Amino acid sequence: MTTAPDAPEHQGFRLSQLIYDTRYRSMTIQIVVLFLVMGFVGWLVDNTIQNLNALGKDFNYSFLGQRAGYDIGNALIPYNNDMTHGRALLVGLLNTLWVSFLGCIAATVLGVIIGVLRLSKNWLVARMMTIYVEVFRNIPVLLWILVALALLTEVAPSPNQYKVNAATGEAKTSMLFESVAFTNRYTAIPSIHFDRSLGSLDTALAPISLNFLAIVLVLLASWFVTKAVNKNATKVQAATGVRPTTWWQNALIWLLPVAIVVTVLGINPEEPVLKGFNFTKGTNVSNAFVALWAGLSLYTAAFIAEIVRAGIMAVSKGQSEAAFALGLRPSRTMRLVILPQALRVIIPPLISQFLNLTKNSSLAIAVGYLDLRGTLGGITLNQTGRELEAITLMMLIYLVISLLISGGMNIFNNRVKLKER
Amino acid sequence: MSDTHAQTVAYVRETMLPQQAAPTGQSGVIKWLRENLFSGWVNTLLTLAGLYVAYSFVMHFYPWFAHGVWDANSLKECRAIITDRYGAGATGACWAMIHERWHQFLFGFYPSELYWRPVLTFALLFVAVGPLMFQWVPKKVVWFTLVFPFLAVWLLWGGSVWAPLLVLAGFVLGWIVFSFVGKFGPIAGFSAGAIVTILYFLLAVGPLIDLFHSIIPLGIEHVDSAKFGGFLLAITLGVGGIAMSLPAGIILALGRQSDMPLVKGLSIIFIEFIRGVPLITLLFVASLLLNYFLPPGTNFDIILRVMILVTMFAAAYIAEVIRGGLAALPRGQYEAADALGLDYWKAQRLVILPQALKISIPGIVSTFIGMFKDTTLVVFVGLFDPLKGIPDFIRADFNWKGIYWEPFVFVGAIFFILNFAMSRYSMHLENRLQRDNH
Amino acid sequence: MKKSVFIGALTAATLAAGVAGAATLDDVKARGELICGVNTGLVGFAAPDANGNWSGFDVAICQAVAGAVLGDPSKVKYVPTSGQTRFTALGSGEVDLLARNTTWTFSRDTDLKLQFTATNYYDGQGFMVRKDSGVTSAKELDGASICIQTGTTTELNLADYFKANNMSYQPITVDSNAEGEQQFLAGACDAYTTDASGLAATRAAFANPSDYVILPEIISKEPLAPAVRQGDDQWTDIVRWTVYALIAAEEYGVTSANIDELAKSTDNPEIKRLLGVEGDLGAMVGLDKDWAVNAIKANGNYGEIFAATIGEQTPIGLARGLNAQWTQGGLMYAPPFR
Repeated sequence: MTTAPDAPEHQGFRLSQLIYDTRYRSMTIQIVVLFLVMGFVGWLVDNTIQNLNALGKDFNYSFLGQRAGYDIGNALIPYNNDMTHGRALLVGLLNTLWVSFLGCIAATVLGVIIGVLRLSKNWLVARMMTIYVEVFRNIPVLLWILVALALLTEVAPSPNQYKVNAATGEAKTSMLFESVAFTNRYTAIPSIHFDRSLGSLDTALAPISLNFLAIVLVLLASWFVTKAVNKNATKVQAATGVRPTTWWQNALIWLLPVAIVVTVLGINPEEPVLKGFNFTKGTNVSNAFVALWAGLSLYTAAFIAEIVRAGIMAVSKGQSEAAFALGLRPSRTMRLVILPQALRVIIPPLISQFLNLTKNSSLAIAVGYLDLRGTLGGITLNQTGRELEAITLMMLIYLVISLLISGGMNIFNNRVKLKER
Repeated sequence: MSDTHAQTVAYVRETMLPQQAAPTGQSGVIKWLRENLFSGWVNTLLTLAGLYVAYSFVMHFYPWFAHGVWDANSLKECRAIITDRYGAGATGACWAMIHERWHQFLFGFYPSELYWRPVLTFALLFVAVGPLMFQWVPKKVVWFTLVFPFLAVWLLWGGSVWAPLLVLAGFVLGWIVFSFVGKFGPIAGFSAGAIVTILYFLLAVGPLIDLFHSIIPLGIEHVDSAKFGGFLLAITLGVGGIAMSLPAGIILALGRQSDMPLVKGLSIIFIEFIRGVPLITLLFVASLLLNYFLPPGTNFDIILRVMILVTMFAAAYIAEVIRGGLAALPRGQYEAADALGLDYWKAQRLVILPQALKISIPGIVSTFIGMFKDTTLVVFVGLFDPLKGIPDFIRADFNWKGIYWEPFVFVGAIFFILNFAMSRYSMHLENRLQRDNH
Repeated sequence: MKKSVFIGALTAATLAAGVAGAATLDDVKARGELICGVNTGLVGFAAPDANGNWSGFDVAICQAVAGAVLGDPSKVKYVPTSGQTRFTALGSGEVDLLARNTTWTFSRDTDLKLQFTATNYYDGQGFMVRKDSGVTSAKELDGASICIQTGTTTELNLADYFKANNMSYQPITVDSNAEGEQQFLAGACDAYTTDASGLAATRAAFANPSDYVILPEIISKEPLAPAVRQGDDQWTDIVRWTVYALIAAEEYGVTSANIDELAKSTDNPEIKRLLGVEGDLGAMVGLDKDWAVNAIKANGNYGEIFAATIGEQTPIGLARGLNAQWTQGGLMYAPPFR
C-alpha cells in the first residue's frame, strides 16, 4: 500500500480504482482472498455438519472421560485399564515427549561425533562415517525402527535365561553388575528406593515423591549459590586481574548438600529380581522404546552429522590457521574457535531435524510403543469410533509441540547468533 | 676456482648422487597407512575399532547372504534346502520369495501384461525432467515436459485417450482466453481465463469425453488405482506429490513474502500447520476425515485422497525451499526489476523466480527424497507400500508366512540405490551452482 | 503447468465419484462391480497370490455376494482395509460390504452405525505358548509378557480376562501379525494372543510347530460377520441371506458340483425354493431367480469354502468345531428359506 503523492485529488473515487490503483489493489485482493478462504472453510464446516448428521454422529469429546479398558505397556505415569481415555491420551503424550526428548539428545551427540569423525584425517574412519551417513539417510526411518526392534529381540536372551538352575546353582546368563539385565523384551535396571520417605505429593498427573522434590530443590539452591560464587570471582578478576580459584568451592557446593540429603533419606538402588516370567521390583525399559529411540536417533544422527560437517566446513580455513598461529592445540581450536562459529550455521537446520524427529516418533506404532498416535490416534480412536474428534485433537497436540520446540529453539538461536551491528 | 676449493676443502662431491627412493616409512602404502590410519594413538585406536566393527559386521551377516536360496516354492522348502546344504542349524536367506514376488514389490497388483506402461512412463519421466535438470538437454524438450503429466496419467491409469486430451484442451482454452482478454488488463485476463477453465472443467469436460469417446473410441485398458502398489505407488505418490506441489509451493512462498498482511498470515498459517504435524496424521485425514469434509456422497479413491494430502504436505515444504531461494537472491535483483518498471508479476516471472527456482533445485531434490521415503507411511492407511504393506500381504500367503528379513534387505537396497543416486545428483548440482555463481 | 495434473486428477475424480445413494444394490448393479473391503492380508481369510488374485474365506463371501447380485463372482473389486480404516471405509461408502474378519459387538452394531449381517465364522481368542515353558493353562500366565496386536477387540478381552482372574501381565503391543510372530518366535513374549484361527495358522507356519502349544482356554466370543452400512435394509438382507444360502446349501447337500443337476431333479421343496425353481425368493430382495445358484456356484457351499480355505485339508488345518452345521453339533444354522 504505497501512497502516490501525485495522485490527482480532484477526481472522485471510481470503482475501477479498486483494481487499477495500486493504493487500493492490495486491499481488494486481500478482501477477495478473505472471502474465498472464509467461503472455503464455511463449505468444509457445512459439509462436515451434514455428513455427521447423515451418519447420526455428533461432535463431542465426552469419550475422553469414558473408561479406556486397554493396557499400556510402558506408562510414565500410573495407569491401568480402569482409567479414562483422557488419561490414556496423557500417557501417550508423555511417551511421545519422552522418546522425542531422549532421541534429540542422542541424535545430537551421535551426529556431532559422526560429523566430526567424517572430517577426520583417518581414512578408514572417515570412509566408515560416510557409509554410515549415506546408508542411514537414504533408507526410510520406518525400516530402521523395525530393524532395531528385531535385532534387540533376536540378540538378547529371554528373562528365563537368567533363572538360576537349582541343580548347578548357575544361570545361563548373568546380570551386568548384578543389577542390569538385558532381555529380549526389556532392559531391567534398578530403580531408586529411599529408606525414609517424606511422603508424596498427589497431583492430578502423578504422585510426586517429596524426596525427589527435596533433592531437586537442593540442587537448584546449589546452582544459585555457584552462580553467585562465579559472579563474585569475575568481579574480583575485573578488579584485580587475578581470578580466585573457585573450583573446589563449586564442587563442594554442588556435592555436599546433595550428599547430606541423600544420606539422610537413605537412598539405595532396588535391583530387579526375576520372578516367574519376568523381572520385577526394578524398572523395565521396554525394547519397543529402545528400538524406537535407537531407530530415530541413528536415522536423525545421519542428518545432523551432515549439518555439523557443513557447519564446520563453513568456518573459513583462516580461522583455524589463525588459532594455530596463536599456539592453540587442535582440540582447543575446535572448542574455542571453530565450534562457536560453526554453531551459528548449525542451529537453524538442527531445529528442523529436532522437529522431524519429534514428528517421526509417530511411527512408534510400528514397534508397538504406545505414543500419542498409538493411544489417542490408535486404540482410543478404534474403540470409540470418534475419528473426527480424535484426529483433530491429535493434530492440534502435535502442532503445539512443534510450535513449542521451534519457538524455544529460535530463542536459543537468537542468543548464539552473531550480534551484527 | 675449483683449484682453490680443492685445497681448502678435503672432499668435494663432483657428481650428483642418483636420486634415491624415499625411505619405506615415508613412501607408498606404508606412508599412506601411517598418515591416514596410524598417525597417533587416537587414530590407531579408531582404526582398530573401525576394523573390528567392519569385521564383525561381515562375519555376522555374510553367512546368511552366502547361504541364500534362490529356487524354492515356499519358506519350508528354503529351510529344507539350507539344512540340506549347510547342516542343521545353519541360517540363510530365502531369496526365493523375492524371485517369485519381485514384480509385486515393484508394481503391486498392476496387470503383468501392462508392465510396459509404468516402465515407459518412468523412462519418459527422465526425458521430461531433462531440461530442468541437465544443461545439455535441448531447451525445446520443455514442451514435452508440459505435456508429460497428461501423458503419464494416461499411461498409468489408461482409459480413453480423450480424457487427458480434453483436460489439456481445457488449459489451452484458458490460456487462449487469458491472452485474448489479457489485452484489456492482466487481472481481467487472469480472472476470465480462470473462470472459463473452471466452468469448462465443471460442466463441459465430462460430457465431452463421453461424446468424443462414443464417436472415436480410442483408448488403452483402464487400470484401477487400487492395483497400484510397491515402488510404483511410492514413486507415483512421490513424483506426483512434488510435481503438483510446485505451483502451490511457489504461490505459498510468494504469499509468505508478500506485503499484504492477510495473504502473508494465511500463507504462514498453512505452511506452519502442515509442517507442524506428522505426515501420518495427514494420511489419517485422507483416509478417515476427508469424507467428512467433502459434500455428502462424494467418494473417491483412497490413492487420490492420499495424493491430495501428500501434495499439501509437499507444498508446505517446497514453499520453504523456494523461500530460501528467494531469500538467497541478492537484493539488487529485486531493485533492478523495480527500476525497469516491471510490475510485481512480471518481475517475479522474468527476473526473480527463474533465478530463485534454479537455486532451489537441490532443495527440491532433497525434499523429494524425503517424500519418497515418507511414502512408506501409506501402509498405515491400508495401502501397499513396498516396505511393509507388500511384505505383510506376502506373508499372508501360507508359503511365505514367517519370512522376515529378506523383504527388508531387498526393499532397503532399492530405496538406497534410488535415493543415493538422487542425493549425489543434488550434490553435483550444488557444486555446479556454486561454480556458476563465482 | 503442473497444476494441470492436480486439477485434471480432481476433475477425473469428481467424474468417477459415484454419488453413494441410499440403495447400495442399485449402485452395485449400475457399477457392474461389487466393492468389498477385505483384510490387507490374513492367512486363509484374505490374501492375494503372486498374480494378485485374492482368495480366502472372507474373499469367498465377497465372491458369493457378487455372484448373487451380478451373476458373476469375478466382478469384485477388493479394497484392502486396515484395522483402523475399515469402519470409515464402509461408513463413507468407499466399500459396499466389509468382509474382514470383523467381530460383531454391541457398540460396533449400534454406536458405529454398522449392520452386521450373519455370522460366518465363530472365533474366539486364545493363547499360544512355547512347549518348554511348561504352561498348560492360561491361568498360569500370571506376570507373563503377552504379545498382542493393537487395534482389535483382543486388547480389551485380554485386559478383562486378566482382571477377572486377578492376574497381571505385561502387554507387548505389536502392529501386525508378522511382527507378533517374529517377537513370539524370538521369545520376546511368553504368550501370543489373537483369534484361535489366527493362532492355528501362525503355528502351522512355524519351522517346528510341535514346539508350540495352543492353550485350551478360549477367553472371548468372536463372532465374525460381514458388515454393511446401517439404513439400507434391502442390501443388508441380500448379504445376510447370501451367507445363509451358503450355509443352507451345505445343510441340504447342495454343492457346486451337483447344483445344476439338483435344480432339475430335486423333490425337496426347500431346495427348490432356495435354487429358485419354485417360488421367487430372489424378487423379494430385488435379485434374479437364480441368485442363490450363482452365489453357491462361486466357490461352493459353506462347507466347501471352509474346506478349501481354512479347513483340515489346508495347511492351516482348522477343525469345524463351532462352525459345523447345527445338525452336527455346531452353530451354523440358516433360517428357513420360505
